[in-house]
Amino acid sequence: MTATRCPEPTPTHAAASSAGIGASTLRPDGILKVTGEFAYSSDLWHEDMLWGHTLRSPHAHAEIRGIDVTEAVRMPGVHAVLTHDDLPAATHYGLEFADQPVLAKDRVRFHGEPVAFVAADHPETARRAAAKIKVAYAPLPPVTDEASATGPDAVLIHPGRHDHRSDAVPHPNIVHHQPVIRGDDGAWAAAKARADVVVAADYEVGMQDQAFLGPESGLAVPAEDGGIDLYIATQWLHVDRQQLAPVLGLPEEKVRLTLSGVGGAFGAREDMSMQAPACLLAMHTGRPVKMVYNRYESFFGHVHRHPAKLHYEHGATKDGEILYVEYRIVLDGGAYASSSASVVGNAASLGAGPYDIPHVRGEALALYTNNPPCGAMRGFGAVQACFAYEAQLDKLAAKLGMDRVELRRRNAVGEGSLMPTGQEIDQPAPVAELLRRVKALPLPPERDGGWGRAAAGEDVDVRSLPGGLSNTSHGEGIRRGVGYAVGIKNVGYSEGFDDYSTAKVRLEAVAGEPVVLVHTAMAEVGQGGVTVHAQIARTELGVDRVTIHPADTQVGSAGSTSACRQTYMTGGAVKHTCELVREELLRRGRERLAHRHPAWLAGVELVLESGKVCTHDGEPIADLVEVLGEEPIEIEAEFHHRPTEPFHPRTGQGAGHVQYSFCAHRAVVEVDTDLGLVKVVELAAAQDVGKALNPLSVVGQIHGGSTQGLGLALMEEIQVSADGALIRNPSFTDYLIPTILDTPPMPVDILELADGNAPYGLRGVGEAPTLSSTPAVMSAIRDATGLALDRVPLRPEHIAGHVSG
Amino acid sequence: MRVTFTANGREVTADEVWEGESLLYVLRERLGLPGSKNACEQGECGSCTVRLDGVPVCSCLVAAGQAQGREVETVEGLARGEGELAPIQQAFVEAGAVQCGFCTPGLLVAADDLLKHNPQPDDADIREALSGNLCRCTGYEKILDAVRLAAARSAAAGTGGAV
Ligand code: FES
Ligand code: FES
Repeated sequence: MTATRCPEPTPTHAAASSAGIGASTLRPDGILKVTGEFAYSSDLWHEDMLWGHTLRSPHAHAEIRGIDVTEAVRMPGVHAVLTHDDLPAATHYGLEFADQPVLAKDRVRFHGEPVAFVAADHPETARRAAAKIKVAYAPLPPVTDEASATGPDAVLIHPGRHDHRSDAVPHPNIVHHQPVIRGDDGAWAAAKARADVVVAADYEVGMQDQAFLGPESGLAVPAEDGGIDLYIATQWLHVDRQQLAPVLGLPEEKVRLTLSGVGGAFGAREDMSMQAPACLLAMHTGRPVKMVYNRYESFFGHVHRHPAKLHYEHGATKDGEILYVEYRIVLDGGAYASSSASVVGNAASLGAGPYDIPHVRGEALALYTNNPPCGAMRGFGAVQACFAYEAQLDKLAAKLGMDRVELRRRNAVGEGSLMPTGQEIDQPAPVAELLRRVKALPLPPERDGGWGRAAAGEDVDVRSLPGGLSNTSHGEGIRRGVGYAVGIKNVGYSEGFDDYSTAKVRLEAVAGEPVVLVHTAMAEVGQGGVTVHAQIARTELGVDRVTIHPADTQVGSAGSTSACRQTYMTGGAVKHTCELVREELLRRGRERLAHRHPAWLAGVELVLESGKVCTHDGEPIADLVEVLGEEPIEIEAEFHHRPTEPFHPRTGQGAGHVQYSFCAHRAVVEVDTDLGLVKVVELAAAQDVGKALNPLSVVGQIHGGSTQGLGLALMEEIQVSADGALIRNPSFTDYLIPTILDTPPMPVDILELADGNAPYGLRGVGEAPTLSSTPAVMSAIRDATGLALDRVPLRPEHIAGHVSG
Repeated sequence: MRVTFTANGREVTADEVWEGESLLYVLRERLGLPGSKNACEQGECGSCTVRLDGVPVCSCLVAAGQAQGREVETVEGLARGEGELAPIQQAFVEAGAVQCGFCTPGLLVAADDLLKHNPQPDDADIREALSGNLCRCTGYEKILDAVRLAAARSAAAGTGGAV
């Protein structure tokens, strides 16, 4: 491409420190990011590009009676207006089921559903033209909850639905339903009868948004061969292409995707957003097309975390042995399936939490409604359940008069425990140890003499109080609380999915120096995969100069940057491929240089270090470059994790998960009980990461995940009107994410207990901290206020006026 | 309309600017300075922070015409020269304050401005000064580390606020 701004290879050795695994090597893209030169998907530019825009439905549910584009087409500067009838090939797409229309035809099913695409020479022209399109809607009553979705006269969201789950579901408005049953009926009845203490409650989790900062954006460039080049911020290039090619009516090899700079993801880039419109408009006009959502549109342009209603019942002996748990988790999937079915699988299989409970009756389901579509977000179905089961454990401890941590410790799973699915945890599961560690940390000091004295007129820094600079309290009504929580998350794709990643590694001599080029399709979304891949290549090949090729579809799939799987999977692929490169190199050495040193033929282990081939004791026997010769070694290979099984449709039994990951939190809060305002004073975490390939990045993941969990506890919710299913707060003015003032110090304690199945023993880290952070904060508020607090996010009115003196 | 102003010490001119365009749009789309980011275009995230006549502003809320004849400093102007990062930039890289990096340009301008006015801020000062800049990835801990690091280095070097 000429006259464009687009992704370039990233040399990693010049970036700063260069080292192998286990070191806190600095990000290779860090310098570009601090100078402003890093090209994000919204920074791309092409000489004669047009701007794309999407017209979206103002109704959550309506029939489309007609669309008139006449005025829009006539506007100067407008180059294309596309509606459903202009689509050239496949009209629907989707991650798991192809149920989502590229453009609505005769019915819209959610607020913000795309109805038309416009291309113009200025983004404002495109917006104005879209506003001139006349759509005749006949509004329909929206389906908004379980009662309206599955009641006797329920309107079907997808009549005539036909997908791989449709035959098994109890109602066509249920995307997927997964029961989990452990223990037979007789034992179940006996367990219930034996319980001395029972705790049962209903819980609710609001709809959270990923709120990545870099908006959905990209640039589509029509190519001379009739294909298309798309520069895009996504989590999985190949699955985008797989959905995109049929919509464009092109063979996959003519749809070439290159990853551009990604401004965060957190699940929201698993589904496609502007990929199809940008490509369709580019093909239609023959011009490059750029699309960038603004924040308002972003709230309509991607799926959210499923809001959930949960019912839990736990029964225990008076000594605190949990005998049984019963749970029902209802997730609102909104209008289209996205990854709802997999979210259901997680919610059901992880719903009992990291506790060894002999009798389990659980189920999870996702609904089709006219609410905004929901899908992947960090924690993926495990977050909602963790809030509820940890609240249950708090209440159970209170009822038993037992220490909250002790009750958890007593029932915690460990290595060798069985999950409710019957799967054995065949790897370290240090749940009790993580809790012990967070509990043992020193508590942040309380104000001398408590807050009472401050209220009496002493000068205080209000910035450290609930309400902060709003100056709502000088200490009056403030109470401190401490809370704990722990969670369990699966790592990687589950339920029999053959999850794999691919890496191409090239070793060559450049100007007498060995150089490695690592090429994968892994989406670097901020997590630091590029750093780790270079570290792995250095460790495995003993070469300092490692360059990371831009991620694109010219190499095999890397799978998604989600489910904490990339370091495991693509890191695993880089490691595996480097090992193959090393084997080939040593083969050459034995062939060419065997006469020079006996070690070549002695069958002893040879290692690569600092550009040399060495014996195990570190004696150099040859220069890597000399062994390599003129001809580079280039190998592309796949890495698969161990196979998993689908869950049984009626019992949920099956070894469905690859790996588990655990994190525990302790939260300390101060609550203004008069106004219902909360200040989190400290949020400490302990997590087992198996092996920290890059400790700095690992801590960064735990901090980020913990903060998103804090957001869910206290502020983050997409508010959807109950009657109209309309999003009421699509802005950062009204959808609040934690600022630096809302976020407390977050000490992190990292445990490294290797998982023998995983590359280097590592464990996925990104999601587990998002689970336990929310319930830990809520537990602390419960401790401060004595209230049950069965809903997140918490609102001031849930506290104010309810706390007894 | 035509808009002329100084960007990072260099006079720049943009032609055919529509009156409704923001300073952010003109920098990014017309002047080849996409370093300032567009995370919300609603004045809520700080990713577009630039200095306008020395004062930090959200450039998404400044109409392009308002910049006429004035001085604008963006993230691209922070580095001291080819290949030499400003201390605050270096500190962000070293402290691990950058993940996706989308918040980084705005935070750098805001943090640089803080250190100019308050070379030795305590944590409460840092939090207050950066409270208009959202970051979704880091939980801010490493950003605090970076600002502390830059402040400590300037104290050690005796450069005061000249970071
Ligand atoms: S883009 Fe200007 S404040 Fe968010
Ligand atoms: S690093 Fe991603 S938003 Fe701050």
